[in-house]
Amino acid sequence: MKFGILINEGPYQHQASDTAYNFVKAALDKGHEIFRIFFYHDGVNNGTRFTVPPQDDRNIQVRWSELAEKHGLDLVICIAAAQRRGIMDEDEAKRQGIDGNNIAPGFRISGLGQLIEAGIQADRLVVFGD
Amino acid sequence: MTILHTVNKSPFEDSSLESCLRCSKAGSTILLIEDGIYGATEGTIISDKVKAAMADRTVCALQPDVEARGMKDKIIEGIKLVDYAGFVDLATENDTVESWL
Repeated sequence: MKFGILINEGPYQHQASDTAYNFVKAALDKGHEIFRIFFYHDGVNNGTRFTVPPQDDRNIQVRWSELAEKHGLDLVICIAAAQRRGIMDEDEAKRQGIDGNNIAPGFRISGLGQLIEAGIQADRLVVFGD
Repeated sequence: MTILHTVNKSPFEDSSLESCLRCSKAGSTILLIEDGIYGATEGTIISDKVKAAMADRTVCALQPDVEARGMKDKIIEGIKLVDYAGFVDLATENDTVESWL
């Protein structure tokens, strides 16, 4: 079965990002397809590579990047939510005249159309948030 | 059409479980996750409403979240504990998933 995942909460906030990660891993283990993971609202904060949690804590961002690389996942960050919260890729930084970018490996910035498409293409859209 | 409802807030901080119990239809499944698992505990102000819902709906709780909060021995009898794989199964068995955020 094809799953679309929507994450509306940032890392280390409550538990939504952790629950989503464990759900996605379990779905992949069962042979399901993850069509796309869309990060919206504070969820975009999952996609900055500048997070440096304490050594004995999980690194939520790195965990997403590694899972994406292993399974070829499509991790999409909402552009408007990202701009508000300072999540930039190279093109966006250039366009906005910002002197650097912080997007994490495996993530890409795009628009809400990607969420709508996930809702249409996936058999189930599962929402994790606050 | 069957719906999987997920509730992730404690019934003592948010009304999402009450709303879910009020709106969900017979035959649907309610999965309590994260702090929502407190809604699955025995002897609280909401446990009678949860038990009443269990007459025509299936109520489950996410086992890792129950165990993380030390609530395994306090869960209402008849509530099914599922792991993440079970969560995925519930999402596939039902026609749609509604997250009460």
